[in-house]
Amino acid sequence: MDSLATFFLENQHMIYIVILSVFLGIEVISNVPAILHTPLMSGANAIHGVVIIGAIIVMGHAAQDDYLALSLGFLAVVLGTLNVVGGFVVTNRMLEMFKKKK
Amino acid sequence: MFLLEISYLIGSITFIVGLKMLSSPDSARKGNIYAAIGMGIAILATILFHEKDGHSIGNIPWILGAMAIGTVIGWLMAMKVKMTAMPQMVSFFNGMGGACAAIIALVEFHGHGSASHDWGFLLIVFLGLAIGSVSFSGSIIAHGKLDGWINDTRGSWMKIVNLIMLAAVLAMVVGEVLAPGTFGPNAIWILLVISLLYGITFVLPIGGADMPVVISLLNSFTGMAAAFGGFLYGNAVMLTGGILVGSAGTILTVLMCQAMNRSLLNVIIGSFGGGGAAAGGGADGEQVAKEISLTDAAILCAYANKVVIVPGYGLAVAQAQHVCHEFEKALEGRGVDVSFAIHPVAGRMPGHMNVLLAEADVPYPKLVEMEDANPQLPNTDVLIVVGANDVVNPAAEDDPSSPIYGMPVIQAWNAKNVIVMKRSMKPGYAGIQNQLFFHPKTKMLFGDAKDSLQNLVSELKNL
Repeated sequence: MDSLATFFLENQHMIYIVILSVFLGIEVISNVPAILHTPLMSGANAIHGVVIIGAIIVMGHAAQDDYLALSLGFLAVVLGTLNVVGGFVVTNRMLEMFKKKK
Repeated sequence: MFLLEISYLIGSITFIVGLKMLSSPDSARKGNIYAAIGMGIAILATILFHEKDGHSIGNIPWILGAMAIGTVIGWLMAMKVKMTAMPQMVSFFNGMGGACAAIIALVEFHGHGSASHDWGFLLIVFLGLAIGSVSFSGSIIAHGKLDGWINDTRGSWMKIVNLIMLAAVLAMVVGEVLAPGTFGPNAIWILLVISLLYGITFVLPIGGADMPVVISLLNSFTGMAAAFGGFLYGNAVMLTGGILVGSAGTILTVLMCQAMNRSLLNVIIGSFGGGGAAAGGGADGEQVAKEISLTDAAILCAYANKVVIVPGYGLAVAQAQHVCHEFEKALEGRGVDVSFAIHPVAGRMPGHMNVLLAEADVPYPKLVEMEDANPQLPNTDVLIVVGANDVVNPAAEDDPSSPIYGMPVIQAWNAKNVIVMKRSMKPGYAGIQNQLFFHPKTKMLFGDAKDSLQNLVSELKNL
């Protein structure tokens, strides 16, 4: 029980962020018309590419002789970039089609 | 440190504002760009200002090299993909994010040495690894199924396999967190393998009708995996970005399940169709569907007051969205009121039809959602089904033994005349026969949807 209390106190701020973000996420998309479901899913897909920051941290603090961390970190940065760049570009291409035509 | 945190704050705000703007057609494009700019700022700030134990980010050439590779490949893939293949592309990029999260968990676990972990750290690492891996392998399978290089694997034994796999993943996570070392020194690798396998067995038995739900669910999984990474590093932008996507994705998933009148649990552990579907198909073999000629179809439409087009996946496969718009304009030129009735899960993703038709410049007011379209159908002279099947199947309303019973459908049979464009009498993706095709009001126009529509347009011009 003590470790649970310690964990909570140490991570209090992050736990608050989690709880508030959960409700925010629900609130933000609750009025989406079906027409935008696919682009929204695709945009959300690009946003979770933020995981690339973790990959950069792994890679950036890996010791020079830690080949496991270096090679996996390199791979993680490539994959994370794919997620971010591909995600935003695909979403943009989908939304280009919703542009109002003159 | 201040610059880093302020950049993360800006990043988090752009994600929230971006998602909000993505929920409205007028601002969606800007929303996407804002979120992308916020992401760029957060990434740049991490490279420039991040510090751990007094050390700033090293290996920068390698990081930039990896980002260059990812950017080129991602950009090319995203620019080259056809509009019809968008859903599987999203699924693929989602898988990449999942893999990235799983790798981070692996490296962090090893970086900290195997012993002396507190349970909070273990919980975050193991959950991040498991969820990221499931998301990766599941997304790749979903990509393969939508792309057609992986077939459906059905059978009730899959349910049992799935439950065992899920139990194994959970048991390993709980066991390792409560009593580290329970599963030996290689526990993390075993968990990696089991989670990857579970992702495969999880998606394999799920049929096309459920694919939208699965992609959305995997999307929110990756969001959660990214958030675990945020917890690991005390990184606010990863946490907000990940959790936002996790919760928004979950709600989107639930909305889609509601649209099909199924529970999420049923989608996860049950496979669509199954035994009952095959039996339904055989019994109706005797029935004969009536055909209609091109000229008759053209005349029927030309002299109608109101025509409703119901598009489905066949429209996407035949790349018929442009000619469909031409057909619509040709009819409107003759004073016919034309609209499109869009089923929420028509195609392979929610909104798939909207994206396709928008590509062909069909104006939004023409796209009517199912709930609004159904009451208008009794006043509709001609309803044209273009490559849709399960979403207009009356069995969903009147056959309790049907696997799609209870799913809201477009009540095509209420229209005065129904023309179904289809390549053959084969059942749709859910594998069930459609009584609409044998309905007294229904006439079939066989052939590729694009050719049929093109021919109808020329017939209309000749009238």
